[in-house]
Amino acid sequence: MVDSKQQWKAWIYLAPAIVLLLLFTVWPIINTVSMAFLEGYSGLTKVGGETTFRLGIGNFTRVVGHPDFRQALLNTVLLCVLTVPISTVLALLIAVALNSIKPLQKALQTIFFLPYVTNSIAIGMVFAAMFNVIGSIGTRRPMIVSYGVVNDIIRFFGGNWVNWINSGSEYWANMFVMVVYIVWNALPFKILVLLGGLQSINKQYYDAAKVDSTPRWRVLTKITVPLLSPMLAYVVITGFIGGFKEYTSIAGIFGENMGPAHDAGRMNTMVGLIYDSLEKDNQGGASAAALILFGIILVVTLINLWVSKKRTHY
Amino acid sequence: MKIVLKNLTKIFPSRNKKAGEEVIAVNNFDFTIPDGKLIGLLGPSGCGKSTTLYMISGLQKPTSGQIFFGDDDVTELSTENRGIGLVFQNYALYPHLTVKQNILFPLQNLRGEDKMTKQQMLERAYEAAKLVQIEELMDRKPSELSGGQQQRVAIARALVKMPRVLLLDEPLSNLDARLRLQTREEIRRIQKETKITTVFVTHDQEEAMSISDMIVVMKLGVVQQIGKPQEVYDSPENLFVAKFLGTPPINVFEGEIKSGKLYIGEAAVLETPGIDDQPVHVGIRPEGFILDDNGPLKCKLNNVEVMGRDVSIVSTHTASQNPQVRSIIDADNKIDPDTEEVRFALKPHKTFIFNKDTEERIFIEEK
Repeated sequence: MVDSKQQWKAWIYLAPAIVLLLLFTVWPIINTVSMAFLEGYSGLTKVGGETTFRLGIGNFTRVVGHPDFRQALLNTVLLCVLTVPISTVLALLIAVALNSIKPLQKALQTIFFLPYVTNSIAIGMVFAAMFNVIGSIGTRRPMIVSYGVVNDIIRFFGGNWVNWINSGSEYWANMFVMVVYIVWNALPFKILVLLGGLQSINKQYYDAAKVDSTPRWRVLTKITVPLLSPMLAYVVITGFIGGFKEYTSIAGIFGENMGPAHDAGRMNTMVGLIYDSLEKDNQGGASAAALILFGIILVVTLINLWVSKKRTHY
Repeated sequence: MKIVLKNLTKIFPSRNKKAGEEVIAVNNFDFTIPDGKLIGLLGPSGCGKSTTLYMISGLQKPTSGQIFFGDDDVTELSTENRGIGLVFQNYALYPHLTVKQNILFPLQNLRGEDKMTKQQMLERAYEAAKLVQIEELMDRKPSELSGGQQQRVAIARALVKMPRVLLLDEPLSNLDARLRLQTREEIRRIQKETKITTVFVTHDQEEAMSISDMIVVMKLGVVQQIGKPQEVYDSPENLFVAKFLGTPPINVFEGEIKSGKLYIGEAAVLETPGIDDQPVHVGIRPEGFILDDNGPLKCKLNNVEVMGRDVSIVSTHTASQNPQVRSIIDADNKIDPDTEEVRFALKPHKTFIFNKDTEERIFIEEK
């Protein structure tokens, strides 16, 4: 216990952190909430621009009613629903495989971890190059300079090339590229967490399983996964939170258009919507969108926690 | 199912390559474990007893030598295919499964013609649970059980698939003293009922002696002696075995053979015809002393502990290798705790002579 006479010392030690938190976290949150509920807030005048200072839910109705909102919400939810399960299962399999081999384990671990320390815009550009088709597409006589690495591979095996991300591309093709990119980008962190979890499981459970002639698949599903369930829950929850905040990956591939050239904004996400609103000097709308996103993440996380409490075992 | 161990050897390569010192955990273990018997592998830690057990289980591969279950050579057979039951020292119960699910687990792994219906599995699981008396705990998780109960669940899980061989690794070490006594009787009872050839590992000689049909005493990877517990106790083949078995432990003296007589200090305590003159170790079991006013062995009396059934006399002797000489005599003998000196005669069959250098037993010819 801190001596009450010494308490001021404790406060001094805490002061830098508290000041920074108040300034850059608490105050912006309060500000966001107040801006979202102020009618006609303008960043220039600081007060309701239309007539008077007035509270209301106009920002929310306008954001929800905005033509881009539904698309952004759909994109965000779709990305989450597709990428989180895929990346979690892949990460689990890779982590189990990594854990079961002895030679090169450290080297492979490093390779799998590289995307984590690489700038996501740079990765996005690399991905864009892999999927980019350069030339004139869709004209009567297309002039194509490069099909991109992925199409080269498809053509090598005799398939038809696909317009992944360029003007005139289909929505599913755009979504496919995004899912591949986000899954790949999400793997390292998940592998790291799961590998750590795997290495802390007592080897005796596996010896016991061996004695009981347990088939490999059953060892994975009945022993490894349940014993790893706290880690899996953590990975899924953070995965969903990260997924709902997806933005840079899309900007990295499609640029600030947030979509192929012929249909800008088609791949926009919730966070993209917030940035768009800010660019249009619509802080009220951006704040409202941010609060809506916060609400969605909160609900999804609560559901996740509720499910994981039922499914994790200890 | 008898288990045959043929020249079984396990060498662990040295971790430090420069030092190049490999560890011979088990050295040339040769033994046939008879069918349906309970065998105790006994020795201090690091003697290779657990390694031997794990080689029988298949979790560790022998460096050389062979293992047979009955007539089948299982040396190269993986653990999965050996059909053994193993109870781990820490039980290794799956923490996320209930007791019932834990016991069912090995049955659910059965494939092919051994595959059972759900009903059959449940019946077998309850049979096993009944054997170890945990039927009322079937829906609990392992974390909700006491150590003794976990132990029983582990045994039930090992027994449920009717293994050819049951292996127990220090099965009682995590239990408190009372539970230990109770559980070892349980193990004995279960083994008798199931008649499964059982090998268990322990460092507690009392435990091994009390329930085993045969014990194997090991030291530094080398088998010292194999036999029925009483035989090994009554006739140890070397000083290590003599010292390791028995509570209170055997009393060891410096002695000498001179012209057919065994001397401890100045006193000739025993006739030893036909043994060459040489310095020796003399081991005398605590119950090998006879209180005798004219006895040859004179000790300085420290104190007398009365324990009801018998009396423990604690004394000292200059030739003793232990700080104290502890003898146990019948409580009918009266001894005055204030006397300075206490004199003993020795029972010849409780007195063992060992070579000074090799520490091997020198047998006295029966007259």
